[in-house]
Amino acid sequence: MSQPEKHKQTVVALVENKPGVLNRVASLFRRRNFNVDSLTVGRTHKPHISRMTIVVDAQRTDGRRIAANLFKLVNVIDVKLVSEEPYVSRDLALIKVRTDDVDSRNAVTTICDRYPARIVDIGTKVAIIEITAQEDIVESLIHELEPIGIVEMVRTGVVAMGRGVRIVDADYEPPILAHTEADAYQVYGV
Amino acid sequence: MMLTGAEIVMECLLREGVEIMFGYPGGAILPTYDAMTKYPQIRHVLVRHEQGAAHMADGYARATGKVGVAIATSGPGATNLVTGIGTAMMDSSPIVCITGQVPRGAIGSDAFQEIDITGITLPITKHNYLVGDVRELAYVIKEAFYIARTGRPGPVLIDIPKDVQNEKIEFEYPEGPVRLPGYRPPSMASEEQIQAALDLIHQAKRPIILAGHGIVMAGASQELRELAERAQIPVALTLLGKGAMSEQHPLVVGMMGMHGAAACNYAIQEADLLIALGMRFDDRVTGNLKTYSPNSRKIHVDIDPSEINKNVKVDVGIAGDVRTVLAQILPGLQSMTHPEWIGRIRDWQEDGNERDILNYDTGDRLLGAQVINDLWHYTGGDAITVTDVGQHQMLEAQYYPHQRPATMLTSGGLGTMGFGLPAAIGAKLGRPDEEVWAIVGDGGFQMTMAELATAMQEKVKVNIAILNNAYLGMVRQWQEFFYEERYQATPMFNPDFVKLAEAFGIPAMRVTHRSQVEESVRFARSHETTVLIEDAIEKEDIVYPMVPAGADLHNMIRRPKPGEKQG
Repeated sequence: MSQPEKHKQTVVALVENKPGVLNRVASLFRRRNFNVDSLTVGRTHKPHISRMTIVVDAQRTDGRRIAANLFKLVNVIDVKLVSEEPYVSRDLALIKVRTDDVDSRNAVTTICDRYPARIVDIGTKVAIIEITAQEDIVESLIHELEPIGIVEMVRTGVVAMGRGVRIVDADYEPPILAHTEADAYQVYGV
Repeated sequence: MMLTGAEIVMECLLREGVEIMFGYPGGAILPTYDAMTKYPQIRHVLVRHEQGAAHMADGYARATGKVGVAIATSGPGATNLVTGIGTAMMDSSPIVCITGQVPRGAIGSDAFQEIDITGITLPITKHNYLVGDVRELAYVIKEAFYIARTGRPGPVLIDIPKDVQNEKIEFEYPEGPVRLPGYRPPSMASEEQIQAALDLIHQAKRPIILAGHGIVMAGASQELRELAERAQIPVALTLLGKGAMSEQHPLVVGMMGMHGAAACNYAIQEADLLIALGMRFDDRVTGNLKTYSPNSRKIHVDIDPSEINKNVKVDVGIAGDVRTVLAQILPGLQSMTHPEWIGRIRDWQEDGNERDILNYDTGDRLLGAQVINDLWHYTGGDAITVTDVGQHQMLEAQYYPHQRPATMLTSGGLGTMGFGLPAAIGAKLGRPDEEVWAIVGDGGFQMTMAELATAMQEKVKVNIAILNNAYLGMVRQWQEFFYEERYQATPMFNPDFVKLAEAFGIPAMRVTHRSQVEESVRFARSHETTVLIEDAIEKEDIVYPMVPAGADLHNMIRRPKPGEKQG
């Protein structure tokens, strides 16, 4: 299987699941003048740990510099440049296209058949296509749909994971016993 | 034991070994100020502006190696700390700043004196906290001190809402080590890295060591000297590395960079090996990166992994504590000599000496270089000097060789005018047995001169030497060189500094002739209080040599030799 574009680098960071951590990461990128193609954050199977996937264009910003700087943030538990070895990456897009005549409906169906995409909503005016694939394949589908008429689109940004037994994970329990009362302030660490 | 948040703050400071804090009270921090009355062991120094508090904490930290503490109220109190925090960040100085915040329920409501200080200081602190629960307070303070002083040191800010300071809980100090899973400062080098470094050192014909602030902070002076002496490698110092090795040691060539010794800069450009230890290849040190030391292999040891390959690509990059890494290198290090290379450097030094202003007949004029050099002479070269920023700072670097680490304190990275006086007060309070001189310019001094009152109220003995040329001298120098002598906004109308000092009850004298410098040192030493000396120096003097910003390091503007025309 082909790897995503060669000049793209993908950094995975495990961060403490606390308010403000995303702000710290974004602030770091801004003040170091790092150009980032995409940044996604989501929860992991461990409640205290969130996982970020950061894709950069290595011709503009060196992923290793990003990793070294992320490592300095106290709330960042671990950082890996996953694109240095084989890895899987996925981007999800919802694309709303015009389907207000027979030609456009047929074209959308034909194009989607050639992609790991499906039509999740269709009406007499528009349809929503969902695709989950490597970033370049998503780009390619978008390119083909453009002539038909894209009216709205949203993408999640890339998530990535190293292949095989290379595991990015951390054994980490928060240092302070969590106060679980619903109204407790959790602004700790900003 | 039931304690309020404010009492927990004081209790935790006590456990961190804090003896002194610098601050200014106000509404949102009042509970903590009230708790201070129960903790007389910790001295509080009342400043005149919160910027002074941050600089004093910084000066204290640099002089002692301990964490300095500044405390201020919310809103303007907190924002006034910002310049001092930025200064500490750029020079990796360990300080903890405690600020009051409006009560939790008012956060986000634009309450009186509310400011998002954790947001503001996020990019200029090593880490910061807004304490949302009094039960977290002790952990936060313990973490803050740990983060501030370990790894690459830096400022940490703790913002504490007023109601958190007031809340009472059963207090138990969190014994045991701090648990920070995402905070793992590097310490040692791998065996492969050490071997690679040793191989480069043993192969080098023209090596030079670049020693920086990291040597001072890691306490690696002894190891540095051993490396230099055994392998006979000349040493160039950064501005903040001054004193990392005695500057009178024959292997120390001097300071590198924009106003560094020409011999240093030539040596760096012609070297075949740079051994960079605890320094970060700042643009004031490298000049044009494209032509920087083009023919050398490079070893870089720094505690901060993100500094390796940041500005200068290196052959062996070691993220580690410089003292630990040097201790790893030394056992495998062979004795070497480089007589030809050192001879070459001596020639450059000789040429530099011929151009030294001190060897010129300058008639009746009083020059900054002479004042600094005489201060060095008459203080036995053993004072702690704290400078401001500008021409006098560079002259200090050139004409006051230091013998011991942490005896020259200056704002290098941020270049903060106004740093000198408050940092000197902090340094003196941290090292009361040392003779402390604040060497400042007339411009920077006026930015924070309100701290004269602090010095008197707190009975701190600092000797202040103002090199007064009635100009923002360094800016004027740039205007002379690069803006065709258009002196826009650099001439200064100054107060009568002697009378000003007298208003604070500070003994003062004016020096207008070189013969009076010795007398001024005696005058300063004869008083137990802070003393102010105004040195009325030549108005339009130039600091040579100078590498214009962005120019090649070897393309310095040199002072012409006697009889030579400015090229």
